[in-house]
Amino acid sequence: MSDYLFLVPIFPLIGFLTNGLLLGRLPRPVVSFVGCSTVFLSFALSVMLFFELKAMPAGLRVIEQVLFTWVPSGDFHVNVALLLDPLSAVMILVVTGVGFLIHVYSVGYMHHDPCPGRYFTYLNLFTFAMLTLVLADNFMLMFVGWEGVGLCSYLLIGFWFEKKSASDAGKKAFIVNRIGDFGFLLGMFIIFWSVGSLDFLVVAEKAPLVFAAGGALITTTCLLLFVGAIGKSAQIPLYVWLPDAMEGPTPVSALIHAATMVTAGVYMIARTNALFIMAPDALLVVAVIGVVTALYAATIGLAQNDIKRVLAYSTVSQLGYMFLACGVAAFTAGIFHLMTHAFFKALLFLGAGSVIHAMSDEQDMRHMGGLKKYLPVTFITMLIATLAIAGIPGLSGFFSKDEILWKAFSSQFGHPLFWVLGFITAGLTAFYMFRLVFMTFYGKERMDSETRAHIHESPKSMTVPLVILAVFSVIGGLVGMPHIFGVTNYFEHWLEPVMAQGQQAPASHALAAGGGDTGAEWGLMLASVALVLVSIYFAYVVYNKRTELATSLRERFSALHKVLLNKYYIDEFYGAVVVRPVVYFSLFMWKVFDVVVIDGFLNGLASRYEEVSDFVRTGQTGRVRTYATVFVFGVVVIVAYLALD
Amino acid sequence: MEREILTLVTFFPLVGVVLLMLLPKDRHDSIKGFSLIISFVTFLFSTWLYYMFDPVANGMQFVVNIPWITSLGISYHMGIDGISLLLIVLTTVLTVLSILASWNSITTGVKGYYISMLLLETGMIGVFCALDLFMFYVFWEVMLVPMYFIIGLWGGPRKVYAAIKFVLFTMFGSLLMLVGIIYILFEYQKFSGVFSFDMVRIISELPLGYQAQLWLFGAFALAFAIKVPLFPFHTWLPDAHVQAPTAGSVILAGVLLKMGTYGFIRICLPLFPEATIAYLPYICVLSLIAIIYGALVAMVQKDVKSLVAFSSVSHMGFVMLGMFALNMQGLEGSIIQMINHGISTGALFLLVGMIYERRHTRLIEDFGGLAKVMPTFAAFFMIITLSSIGLPFTNGFIGEFLILLGAFKKNSIYGIIGATGVIFAACYMLWMYQRVFFGKVTSQENKKLLDLDWREKIILIPLVGLVFWIGVYPKPLFERIEPAVKQVITQVGRATTVEVDENYQIKRKLATADAVETEVTFQTEELSDE
Amino acid sequence: MITLSAYVVVAMVLFGIGVIGVLVSRNVIILFMSVELMLNAANLTLIAFSRALNVLDGHVFVFLVLTIAAAEAAVGLAMVITLFRNRETVNIDRYNILKW
Repeated sequence: MSDYLFLVPIFPLIGFLTNGLLLGRLPRPVVSFVGCSTVFLSFALSVMLFFELKAMPAGLRVIEQVLFTWVPSGDFHVNVALLLDPLSAVMILVVTGVGFLIHVYSVGYMHHDPCPGRYFTYLNLFTFAMLTLVLADNFMLMFVGWEGVGLCSYLLIGFWFEKKSASDAGKKAFIVNRIGDFGFLLGMFIIFWSVGSLDFLVVAEKAPLVFAAGGALITTTCLLLFVGAIGKSAQIPLYVWLPDAMEGPTPVSALIHAATMVTAGVYMIARTNALFIMAPDALLVVAVIGVVTALYAATIGLAQNDIKRVLAYSTVSQLGYMFLACGVAAFTAGIFHLMTHAFFKALLFLGAGSVIHAMSDEQDMRHMGGLKKYLPVTFITMLIATLAIAGIPGLSGFFSKDEILWKAFSSQFGHPLFWVLGFITAGLTAFYMFRLVFMTFYGKERMDSETRAHIHESPKSMTVPLVILAVFSVIGGLVGMPHIFGVTNYFEHWLEPVMAQGQQAPASHALAAGGGDTGAEWGLMLASVALVLVSIYFAYVVYNKRTELATSLRERFSALHKVLLNKYYIDEFYGAVVVRPVVYFSLFMWKVFDVVVIDGFLNGLASRYEEVSDFVRTGQTGRVRTYATVFVFGVVVIVAYLALD
Repeated sequence: MEREILTLVTFFPLVGVVLLMLLPKDRHDSIKGFSLIISFVTFLFSTWLYYMFDPVANGMQFVVNIPWITSLGISYHMGIDGISLLLIVLTTVLTVLSILASWNSITTGVKGYYISMLLLETGMIGVFCALDLFMFYVFWEVMLVPMYFIIGLWGGPRKVYAAIKFVLFTMFGSLLMLVGIIYILFEYQKFSGVFSFDMVRIISELPLGYQAQLWLFGAFALAFAIKVPLFPFHTWLPDAHVQAPTAGSVILAGVLLKMGTYGFIRICLPLFPEATIAYLPYICVLSLIAIIYGALVAMVQKDVKSLVAFSSVSHMGFVMLGMFALNMQGLEGSIIQMINHGISTGALFLLVGMIYERRHTRLIEDFGGLAKVMPTFAAFFMIITLSSIGLPFTNGFIGEFLILLGAFKKNSIYGIIGATGVIFAACYMLWMYQRVFFGKVTSQENKKLLDLDWREKIILIPLVGLVFWIGVYPKPLFERIEPAVKQVITQVGRATTVEVDENYQIKRKLATADAVETEVTFQTEELSDE
Repeated sequence: MITLSAYVVVAMVLFGIGVIGVLVSRNVIILFMSVELMLNAANLTLIAFSRALNVLDGHVFVFLVLTIAAAEAAVGLAMVITLFRNRETVNIDRYNILKW
């Protein structure tokens, strides 16, 4: 079975090629079938591979498959090779599983779109790239997937390219990602020139021998890699592209900008945990950026009115949680949250898509309300997801978020302040998510009558994925229940071989064995649950029971509201400080340096030459007799000179 | 046959020229068909060359060495290594495609045009084959003439200005090169008692003083740098590109610019190793400026073609940077990038030419929403755009990655600054793509544009194939250039074991590198004596 | 006995007249004749030296010059006639478009 590992990414590639080369020539059902079935085949294969991996002894769970030599340049030798270990096994399951559901959902969602072929082509290409990213066994091949998903994100955000905002957003996403890739590239260079290889396993093995722990070189390397992660996973200061990315079709937002691609940064850090664990300073930076982003994005989420933008900022915020986990060396917790987040955030987006679909493409929550009775399935599933993200005990989000908060508090790299900030974020998350639910599903129906007449529950192809994802949002957390509940944390055990790669004293390990203070853990858990419940009640009061409160609050804090609504004016800031100066500088260079200085100099040279020639040629009178006179005069001079000599 | 294959590849287009002259000038179809066949057969010869080429052998292959003007030591000396091999194949491919691309766009002076194209091909292949400095110079100048006519006769509105600028710039450099060649000739005569233009022999035998090397490197480097073009000698390029007909731009960007970098790698680096080390920081800085400057200026261009032209400046900056990293990765990346640039920029010019044929404008603001009207065109354009900005699994990535890796090794600052070029490349290409292809179709004229026809697809498909082939499985290319690159590194490596005393006299320690080098030369000699 | 120097002096005088003729005359025909005069001055010198040195080279040269001069005269006069037809003048100063 492991020999067929390469087929996991190849299936979607086949789908991509089929749909892409026969674009516009295949009937709609065939296109959808090709698009979905290829991903399903990958998923089925992933499940089989997962069980095969599980059957192996815990320490030996690594399947490597070298396909061919890619770049052989002197001692730089990179293969196209795949690596399946517990970490990538989890990732391919998430990518193909959630990916398949979203493909199916897309069949319904894109039913009215004129170009389903192009859509499924891009979506399959994305799946291929994402699988390459997570299955790569070296940095360079990972970079292929890394840029590949960026490309698909660009193409899919700009899918409706006739809309200027959509193509703008796509371009922005690509360029901001490129800024991150710049860091990733440089990080790779340092790794190669220090270690002499880009293979993950070799790097993890040799890093402790090559780098001095905590030294400047390893810290720089990790920070550069983290720059890549910041770009891809939309953290401060490069998060600006993600909210704009909501211009794409909603299933795309669910797949790329919630469940899979944006979590690539977290995956990358988990994959290179052997390096990060050696650079505590870098870990601190990761944790700080993570927790600040989590809080910051949550505050913006409070004031947004576009249903997808709320979810986008929520995604940024949740990604911040994952980085917080990585930053306190709780990589397992980060990956765990990545997985649960993939379930409930994909569900939220798909639910939002269902709402938007029903509302005739209206995305502003101020024009919604009372949809509960029109869209029962959507409502129930979205409510489950909201409860999960808010962290209601028993649901998946609770376990993963709580583990992160606990690790932020207790890990040797942690700090109580991290916990406090994460705790506040948890409250804000519950608040803005229930604000979304109340504004959308409860209260007065604020849409116009024509829209209301068209409201309908989505077709089966859309609701069935919702239900499946809802089930996983509920039970998905059970695999990673913490020890204090008296059960084994399967998830942590599963990932242990990967996460212990380079660790001399893994903090999470010591704590996982029960060395922590269970009393404190219970206490903190209860505190956060209490905060969440209070926030939900508050949201209920403001946005459902006494809606006038919302207005008066908005008026009282109008300045603050305006800042939040405009996302702290960050886009304007970047525009004024980065984009415009670069453009003007370039214009200046072209018009002044190229045209005036260099060409001016050369053309000036040519003009001087012309002027001199102009002067000299006045000697050419055209009269034969003048020429003859000069000629004779010359002869006389020469003869005289010879005679006198 | 095997011995004469280089001669055949080089001069076969010339046979076509002679035959074309015999055709009556108003029979356009037979002229076009005939030159297509000639160029295609040349291409077939070059693929044969590719297969016959022995990837593991050191030194030059297919060497022909026949004395020509013995009193001056000029000989008909041809031979190729992996670097020239790839460039020759690139040349023949691009010539076929350019001839196809000129099919409908050239309507006046058809006969002269195709004669120029074929003559150009001979000149270009000759430069890559020549192992005799005199022959190198002759071919170098020969290809100038048809290019001058192609720009000056079949170009755009300011064609004469552009053509003259192109020729003056190039001539200025190549005259200095001629002075350098003559100087070397006399130096060699002083050293060995006989005249010789033989590159291989001069490189392996002639000891040049440090001062002499500095001057000679300067003379040769200026000629090559103008051709590359390295900042700040690049201003002829946008004019020439914008005014040249499509095929002219393709050849210009695809092959002619490579002659500059090829000259560096074939002559400057091995012949003046100490001077290479001395000039290295300056050239690297100029390359970095070219990378960023080209990208920034490209971003604000209003004309698609001049955007592509400035992007060439940026890409060629990468090539120079990698070359002067002087390590395996940098040099190999640089050579691969030469090929890549030929493919992707050539393809970009072809694409721009296709839209120009339809709309007779190249201004970005005249377009918008073309993805709706011409989806196939948009798809091809997207693939080439991605290759140009170096997306992984396209050819551009391999080259840029290795170049930056090598440059980073040389000096991490070079690597860091160079890598920013990757960001800027995305900016200018995607912004242009957005303005041309996305949005709503605003102009009435754009609404009835026709998508690509079969001829245009046939032109583009091989290029797209190459884009992915080099991007996914570049191993065959690396195998073929590796011996040549190793040799260049050894040759330049001589300089690292050199001490310069106060009088600028060089004491060369006989390092192991030297021994390897002599061995390599002997092999070549044996081959050529057969 | 006429000495060699006498021949040379005559030749110089003839040549001088020819030069002055070319410089001062505006009539193309006269200019033309002056050129012939100079040629014959040269011929005279050649013959004189040939005789004095007792070699035949000079004679041979003179025949060459004479034939060339004849051809030149034919072509030259043809050109003069063409010029006259175009410009209706034989004034050399009017033929001044060969400038710049």
